[in-house]
Amino acid sequence: MTASVRPGAVEVVRAGALTTVQDEGRAGLAHLGVGRAGALDAPAAALANRLVGNPVTAAVLETTVTGCAVRPDRAVRVVVGGAPCRVTVDGRPVAWGAAVHVPAGAVLDAGPAVHGLRSYLAFAGGVAADPVLGSRSADLLSGLGPAPLSAGDVLPLGPPPQAGAPPADAVPWPGAPGGLVLPVHFGPRHTWFTPAALVTFTTRAYRVGAQSNRIGLRTEGPPLERARAGELPSEGMVLGAVQVPPDGRPVVFLNDHPTTGGYPVVGVVPEPALAAAAQAGAGTVVRFVRAGR
Amino acid sequence: MSAAGRPGRPLVVLPAGPRALLVELDGREATEAFHAEVLRRRAAGELPGVRDIVPGERTVLLDGIARDTAALARELPTWHIPPPRTDTAAVVELPVVYDGPDLADVAEAWGVTAAEVPRIHAGTEFRVAFCGFAPGFGYLTGLPDHLHLPRRATPRTRVPAGAVALAGPYTGVYPRPSPGGWQLIGRLPDPGPLWDPHREPAALLGPGARVRFVEAAR
Repeated sequence: MTASVRPGAVEVVRAGALTTVQDEGRAGLAHLGVGRAGALDAPAAALANRLVGNPVTAAVLETTVTGCAVRPDRAVRVVVGGAPCRVTVDGRPVAWGAAVHVPAGAVLDAGPAVHGLRSYLAFAGGVAADPVLGSRSADLLSGLGPAPLSAGDVLPLGPPPQAGAPPADAVPWPGAPGGLVLPVHFGPRHTWFTPAALVTFTTRAYRVGAQSNRIGLRTEGPPLERARAGELPSEGMVLGAVQVPPDGRPVVFLNDHPTTGGYPVVGVVPEPALAAAAQAGAGTVVRFVRAGR
Repeated sequence: MSAAGRPGRPLVVLPAGPRALLVELDGREATEAFHAEVLRRRAAGELPGVRDIVPGERTVLLDGIARDTAALARELPTWHIPPPRTDTAAVVELPVVYDGPDLADVAEAWGVTAAEVPRIHAGTEFRVAFCGFAPGFGYLTGLPDHLHLPRRATPRTRVPAGAVALAGPYTGVYPRPSPGGWQLIGRLPDPGPLWDPHREPAALLGPGARVRFVEAAR
């Protein structure tokens, strides 16, 4: 039995472009207009948690492009994973993708992503922000959960896991692909598009649009021509839905997507394929390939 | 006779990825009936492994299906769907001050005086058809077809919490400040109870809720 350790807290020294608290998100509340939220690169968040000895349900920090820096008020084991980046403790380089020891009062800095977009900071004990509807995830569409971090914010940590050493200290992390290939199951509204549009969709190259965010991965490329005009009566939208707004450019719904919508969904990208989408920056080539036939 | 119980085109099951089905119904009443049956079966333990049940205008989305999606898709058209029972749920009463900035425009579109808008609106029983747009924002049906309205040509950048608004066939109440393109006819003096994430359920106006607006003094 380990002696109990003060749970402690971390202070945000540098918030970066957008850093949020994320866990596995809120499930089962879509009928009330509450979306999933949760870490966009869920496997990376889970792996960071496991390497630090946490359950995969623990809350982590998700950075965007420029990383972030924090100062814990107690010694804490941390893993920075997801998008590779330079990691330092009080300016000294330490390992990315493996557990590092951060002394009390030292500054852990996760630098800008070398490739990919989103790095994950997992602290032993997890980020213990107050849960809302069963999750600590920030939902940027609905405003539920902790607000995006600002410098000076103090986030409580949970009690560190009692298990001692994590099960592994170094593992291979998937590299960010140069291009993004997204499998897509047609439906529910692919019949709202012309046959030629469906061929375009699954054969032509798109690029990730600069307006992409946690709500959706926007694309630039050939527009998809509709076979029928007008809006759909509002209907439920799943994570990974490829919605086609009036400009004809597909938008892949990510974790903060609206729960209902009125533009037709040409197809659905299965959830396991979305982790790669979460790491694809603006300009990345995207190809949609038909799945599930 | 309920559309739901009518033979012919009871429902169409559309795929929505490997773990979800979108069930399309023939009309609002059939959608309500099917949604009620899905909830009944889940409460009775007859529908295991479905994480989210999300009604829409003419659809019910079954999402997070943790079993054979194709088998469920084959099973759904064989369900017997009884007509919905509308008389069981308690009616949520919401006091409204009818002083919205679009009241005159709505009166003109309806061909009535501004004083008659509250009488018509508060005299209608509404039902939450589905939620969306924001947590706790319900799309309430009940107004007859000839009172349906378009959205405003230019959306407002900020609609205050508690605003009571009309668009298309729907009435809605904004649970928190947000942009919005609906026609504002009034406001709840106290919007607080609409949405409380620390209450169960968090949304006062969840799908299926019956709602009546009560005119309150300014």
